[in-house]
Amino acid sequence: MSEPKIDGFELKPGFKGMASDTASDQTMFKGVHWGKAMMWIFLLSDTFVFSCFLISYMKGRGSTPVEWPNPSEVFALEAFGVPVPLLLIALMTFVLITSSGTMAIAVKYGYEKNRKMCGWLLLATALGGLTFVGMQAYEWSKLIHEGVRPWENPFGAAQFGSFFFMITGFHGFHVSIGVIFLFIYTYKVFAGHYEKGKKGWFTKLKGDYVEIEILGLYWHFVDLVWVFIFAFFYLW
Amino acid sequence: MEKTNNIEKTDKKEEASTHKIGIYLWIWTLLFVLSFFSYMVDWYQFQGMLRWSLILFFMFLKAGLIMAFFMHLFWERYALVNVLLWPMTAIACFIFLMAAEFQYTLFSRLFYFVVGGGA
Repeated sequence: MSEPKIDGFELKPGFKGMASDTASDQTMFKGVHWGKAMMWIFLLSDTFVFSCFLISYMKGRGSTPVEWPNPSEVFALEAFGVPVPLLLIALMTFVLITSSGTMAIAVKYGYEKNRKMCGWLLLATALGGLTFVGMQAYEWSKLIHEGVRPWENPFGAAQFGSFFFMITGFHGFHVSIGVIFLFIYTYKVFAGHYEKGKKGWFTKLKGDYVEIEILGLYWHFVDLVWVFIFAFFYLW
Repeated sequence: MEKTNNIEKTDKKEEASTHKIGIYLWIWTLLFVLSFFSYMVDWYQFQGMLRWSLILFFMFLKAGLIMAFFMHLFWERYALVNVLLWPMTAIACFIFLMAAEFQYTLFSRLFYFVVGGGA
């Protein structure tokens, strides 16, 4: 993060720095842990997967002459006897952003070697993610109960169900994987693996709090994807 | 050997310097506020161009804040930032291609299945 320093090599700022970093006959990403670079490359490929899903949704929704189901009615939820549009989705967004915030602060405390705070915040993040997955399971079972299937639904265009289940399902799968890893890393931090210098994932090198930042990148990406799904699928 | 030692030293020093907690709390609050606003777009049932432009505006603002500050891209060197952001132009191209495609498909469906073709 921020300003790395390497002896015998002048690090220029801005686009000049980009050119000299790329042509330096050394590692290209100066001051970036290899695991972090790999996570970024993975997230880039994942971005393409989600983009393809959302673009196919745009194509499907745009090319059907049948009326598309109105999301603010389909996803409405009864609260005190009154149907509130998108209530559950708004709560899910709230929970996911909350967990994204705790993750960001956990990364900060990790770099400050504040083991306890980092661990508690990771645990809070994991519980937030678990709540999100639970709410999504509720949302799915409610819609399935109302007769939404990948091939038909009672609200409008038949393509609605297949796009809904594929896009939110793939996102929910990402959240679930993230929750599992968040619990594993909560354990690792509380057990003091980084203070004892236990080896990290896929490597014999010693683990370090940079792993928390790498996990954080993944978690923020899951939140980032939700921003796009919320805008295009639920609000549009 | 001496050189690697120096690198290790600078790495250690670097880890100690983190960002103040205030910046994360600010971004966090902003994300809540922006999410609230984008929910209000649906609540007040804005329609047409106003709805779409507001949705996109809040979406890109939130995505930018998350990437820049939570994912630390604002503080990374341009070598990494550019490797990550330029491929997005390929996605933009794909969106334009498929937008043209769905308009044509819709036209074909209406023309041949609803209108009954040119004959």
